[in-house]
Amino acid sequence: MSHSNPQQPGIFAGLIAIARRDLLLAWKRPGDVLNPLFFFAMVCTLFPLAVGPSPEQLTFSGPGVLWVAALLATLLSLNSLFMSDHEDGSLDQLLVSPQPLPVLALGKTLAHWLISGLPLVLISPLLAMTYRMPSEIMGVLMLTLLLGTICLSLLGSIGAALTVGLHRGTALLSLLILPLAMPVLLLGANTVSLAAGNEVYATGIWALGAYAVAALSLAPYATAAALRISNE
Amino acid sequence: MTAKLSAIDLTLIRGESCLFQGLEFALNSGELLLLEGQNGSGKTSLMRAIAGMLSLETGEIFWNDLPVDRQRQEFHGSLVWLAHRTGLKGDLTLVENLRFEASLRAQSGVDRTAVYERLGISKLKTLPLRALSAGQQRRVALARMLLADVPLWLMDEPFTNLDREGRKLVMQLTEEHLAKGGMCVMAAHQDIEIDATVRRVSL
Repeated sequence: MSHSNPQQPGIFAGLIAIARRDLLLAWKRPGDVLNPLFFFAMVCTLFPLAVGPSPEQLTFSGPGVLWVAALLATLLSLNSLFMSDHEDGSLDQLLVSPQPLPVLALGKTLAHWLISGLPLVLISPLLAMTYRMPSEIMGVLMLTLLLGTICLSLLGSIGAALTVGLHRGTALLSLLILPLAMPVLLLGANTVSLAAGNEVYATGIWALGAYAVAALSLAPYATAAALRISNE
Repeated sequence: MTAKLSAIDLTLIRGESCLFQGLEFALNSGELLLLEGQNGSGKTSLMRAIAGMLSLETGEIFWNDLPVDRQRQEFHGSLVWLAHRTGLKGDLTLVENLRFEASLRAQSGVDRTAVYERLGISKLKTLPLRALSAGQQRRVALARMLLADVPLWLMDEPFTNLDREGRKLVMQLTEEHLAKGGMCVMAAHQDIEIDATVRRVSL
């Protein structure tokens, strides 16, 4: 019989394969990718127009607005994380694939972060300039957003997996994720504010980093378990 | 290498209704398990349960006399599931879809071109899958099954959307697979004629 399997793919083969597939899909449908980015950019540019051009006020509220907008933009994009896979049956195929499900879930989350999280980080300095943020703290802003969006994508994947079978699960998804995302928002926004006020801010970055590491090591398992439950 | 799929005392309750109770079967290399029953009788549910996607009320499923729960990855590496929905991406081409599927599995020595040729899809390689008809997409799903080169085929209504020639091809492919020592679990409305040992489960 010809069914002997000489060469099994490595443990991360599934992660790379699925991340590459999702990036390819995003490349073919750029509209879905740009939506959260547009949302982020719009909120951040409209806010100064609404509150007026007073420099003190803008510098004061800048970190908070950027961070809230980034959080909401990520939530907005999470709903579609497993949606299309669920609809066309490829989620079922992933569940019976010989690759470990947490690795596949991590691959999907990685693609999601590269598509929706990383662009936010990259354009944030541009938007921060509308808030007259000093150029010295751009690095801090980007670093906190980098760690923060990683946390949000990972946490969000759990919520997206739990609500994948439900129609209009967006509200429920936000409700599930917000309590977990709250520390990320507080740490991120406050760290940037502290940096803007020339105070010690390193603790915040370490805490965000710790949160990201914890999420990275736990969220894939939770997401895999949630996918199995919601796909019964 | 011979393989064996067996189950004892399977009970599945969905919502209020009990779909099956105390069900058991044993399937050896070269045999076909035919799941018969009306619409909604639980054929697909049983197949999902075999694939390990549904938790059963009672009972256990064994692959080579070991419970599948304890060797989920090995078991999944030995099966391929032709589901009702193809599970292929409409935005990707045939080649992109199948390349992704292949990268999740152990390398198989199956000749791609021959498979595409046999299923009559070799001219469709560069089109996005959404541009293909339902029957053609079904053929791509069959190609995935052949390329995986695994012993156990789970086929849920494999004749859906296929023309007469396609249905005949599915039967031929199944027959060849069984002759090579593979095994097959098939859910079908109509009775099938095949030159192999057929075991039946009526739901």
